[in-house]
Amino acid sequence: MAIFALKRLGVALLVALTVSLITFSMNYLSGDPAITIAGEGARIEDIENIRRYYGFDRPILVQYWDWLWNALHGDLGRSYSLRVPVADVIFERLPTTMLLGACAITFGLTLAIPLGVLAAVKPNSFFDRLALTLAVVGQAMPTFWFGLTLILVFGVMLRWLPITGQASWWNFVMPAVALGYNVAPAVMRLTRAGMLEVLASDYIRTARAKGLRPMKVLFKHALRNAVIPVVALAAVQFGFMLGGSIVIETIFQINGLGYLAWESIQRKDLPMMQAIVLILSIIYVVITFLADMLNAFLDPRIRVT
Amino acid sequence: MSDRILTVEGLEVSLPVPSGTLNAVQGVSFHVDRGETVCIVGESGCGKSLTALAIMDLLPRRARRVARTLTLLGDPLIGVPETKMADLRGNRMGMIFQEPMTSLNPAYTIGNQLEEALLRHRKVPRAKARERAVHLLERVGITAAGQRLRQYPHQLSGGLRQRVMIAMALMTGPDLIIADEPTTALDVTIQAQILHLLAELQREFHMGLVLITHDLGVVARIATRVVVMYAGQVVETGTAAEVFGAPRHPYTRGLLDCIPIPGKTKRGEHLGTIPGMVPSLVGQMEGCHFAGRCNYVIDECRAAPIPLVSAPGRGHAVRCIRADELSRQPAAAEEGAA
Amino acid sequence: MAETTITRTPLARAGIQTAEEILAPSPGAMMRRRVFGHFGLMFGAFVLLAIIAMAIFANVISPHDAYDQQLGRKLIPPIWHDSPKVTWNHPLGTDHLGRDYLSRLYHGAQVSLLIGFSAMIISGLIGTVLGVLAGYFGGRVDMVVNFLITTRLSMPVILVALAVVSIIGSSLTVVIWVLGLLIWDRFAVVMRSATQQVRSLEFVTAAEALGCSHLRILLTEIAPNVMNHLIVVATLEMAHAILLEAALSFLGLGVQPPTPSWGLMISEAKGLMYFDPWLIAIPGVALFMLVLSINLVGDGLRDVTAPENRS
Repeated sequence: MAIFALKRLGVALLVALTVSLITFSMNYLSGDPAITIAGEGARIEDIENIRRYYGFDRPILVQYWDWLWNALHGDLGRSYSLRVPVADVIFERLPTTMLLGACAITFGLTLAIPLGVLAAVKPNSFFDRLALTLAVVGQAMPTFWFGLTLILVFGVMLRWLPITGQASWWNFVMPAVALGYNVAPAVMRLTRAGMLEVLASDYIRTARAKGLRPMKVLFKHALRNAVIPVVALAAVQFGFMLGGSIVIETIFQINGLGYLAWESIQRKDLPMMQAIVLILSIIYVVITFLADMLNAFLDPRIRVT
Repeated sequence: MSDRILTVEGLEVSLPVPSGTLNAVQGVSFHVDRGETVCIVGESGCGKSLTALAIMDLLPRRARRVARTLTLLGDPLIGVPETKMADLRGNRMGMIFQEPMTSLNPAYTIGNQLEEALLRHRKVPRAKARERAVHLLERVGITAAGQRLRQYPHQLSGGLRQRVMIAMALMTGPDLIIADEPTTALDVTIQAQILHLLAELQREFHMGLVLITHDLGVVARIATRVVVMYAGQVVETGTAAEVFGAPRHPYTRGLLDCIPIPGKTKRGEHLGTIPGMVPSLVGQMEGCHFAGRCNYVIDECRAAPIPLVSAPGRGHAVRCIRADELSRQPAAAEEGAA
Repeated sequence: MAETTITRTPLARAGIQTAEEILAPSPGAMMRRRVFGHFGLMFGAFVLLAIIAMAIFANVISPHDAYDQQLGRKLIPPIWHDSPKVTWNHPLGTDHLGRDYLSRLYHGAQVSLLIGFSAMIISGLIGTVLGVLAGYFGGRVDMVVNFLITTRLSMPVILVALAVVSIIGSSLTVVIWVLGLLIWDRFAVVMRSATQQVRSLEFVTAAEALGCSHLRILLTEIAPNVMNHLIVVATLEMAHAILLEAALSFLGLGVQPPTPSWGLMISEAKGLMYFDPWLIAIPGVALFMLVLSINLVGDGLRDVTAPENRS
């Protein structure tokens, strides 16, 4: 178990390092970052000044090393547009996005897992068809359009829920549904497939041969094994969702990381963009690492060797 | 008359398949008395395993089972609600499966899975259940039983897992154990140990044992009675001595010719084979099911269903219209099979 | 039935087909039966073909110029609305600049399909090469590819795409390349495991034993056997790319106005949606139908080519 954890940790660190390199190289995507900051038609002297101020005149590797070293110390640079440390703004906005993500994944999982289990227990039944339809529809629904439709129906026509902002918990309902509905299809399908496979397995027959009651067979013996791959998928989906929050936060005007990202993209605020990409990637790496550990805990074949 | 544990009469199992209905078990009847070992033998695909699963009511969801009589100690096993079946299953009858590697849940410890079998049916404290688990693990020949309880299935070898499965089936002290090819997936050296263990436990606990196997050598040693199945039907049944001493069905003879007998089979001599394979059981079949592979087939064999006929006054029964005629000339059989 | 069971064995032993086997439908016929009997696949294919036809003949069937602004006749509702302004001249109405919505819808199909298809081809090439190499060679190659996949998955697609597009400027080509370079992960994952499976089969070992080169084995033994997985992923990734393009355009960093992209149409109508909800409903439904139909075709192909369906 310790070796497994260490190996995963090593890979996670390497991934984070690679991501930081890719993120850093975004500086040079447009050619000269100093020109990007100065804007079109800036004077040569201004560009030179900016180049010296931000240190773009140094060798690239030195720049990367400095950037990385500072990032490791919590200094992600200064925002071009807001003129404040990037890290301050990000850590101010991050909790909102994490809250939204948590609500969304909770919604997605509580919708998908029971449906997947029901669909597998009674294949080809009404529930199975309903679950399949929801999955097919969910996969094809553009998140932003779904969000707008929710606003239109529940915010404008029915007036049940507040449309924008984050004044209360009610504000998070529609964004969480719009974002969480996105992850439901994949989780539902995996739960269903996993349950079908497990329910056909020999050890389920053994459990039934012991005379165990159907509910006990289902929840103790089947679900525990079927849910193992779902954990990993849910972690991956949570990471995707944080990335996708940019769309939802823009629509619902929630002051999270996604909205910040959109603002800084509008302003071409490169350090901010880089920092957000880096932070989201690292959150993803951390979450998938934790999911691996949870998996190992759930599956004794990994935990005990 | 001894204590009757299991009665099976006219058991039928059918499965819907894309090309029609698969009549996997067609009117199988046999019984098991206390202290008896009944062996069901036959090739793969002749309905042995489905017979066992039908008794336990563990058939695949789509399968249909019908029987004139199916009782365990007088209680019906068919047409009763699932909750009632579940009370009997794992309580008064236990089952041991073919695949020890996959028959234990990988997510729980051996101890958990053993205790669960008892706790489901008896109101006993967990400590008592653990005590019995340790006792039975020791009885089935597992050393350091107390430590094994905390281990997970993947930490045990196939042979050990099958011993755990046996112990699990014994947790409630059942009256009947059904073992479906319990040794097929194991190493040859372990096969004999497991079968001897089963025979021993059967005597010790005074249970009925239904053993499904290909291994005729084992059958000869431990069976009280033998049921030979072919293509969903019982083709011959009787005591081990009757069936092995004077086989009356050409199929039984064919099976017996396939195994070497120490002292009888000469070095370099060819063992017999039964040409062809078990016919498809989809749809209705007229006449003798073995006709397509039989060396003694005549037109009458294919004309009408062949009944299972007992020899007068004895339990030895055979499903062959030429049985009497053929058993009078054993030499011809040898010749024909060669 | 009785006769076939009796006659079958000796004939089968002699390697001769029985009447039953000869009369059974051929593999091709069974495949056709499965394809045409699969509701999702048929429905998806029908809708998809209709949208493709819309895109190909957009210039012919459009009632108006998709770019022609007629501010005098802006925001005409579609014909099913109860309004004095509705006219058969603009069946789906007009947008805030008086452009014919139906014509823009037709041309939007072009954009979606072009971007979806091109991005799918680029990501398919990258992902398939990586996945097949990883699955075939295993070992270090596999480790490296796995690492690349993990790294790629850890980067948020939409955000990176937006950032890159915002830095280097947006155009149709840029969107295609950015998406193509970002969404190869599923190709790699699926092709890797599919290749691993085929790799372990006996005929590959046999080909190796015969001394075939790696390239020859990859092309003649592996490729045909992973093709069905490839086609399924390709459809799903095309749908994925279309959704991403719509999201980028919606956020204003994908296809640039006045090009009619469905995502952009929704974005342009966002401010008006409280008063004229049909402005976002129409392109939204079109987008939904397109993605739905591609997904249905992909799922359907997976169902009919799944090995467990081959009897």
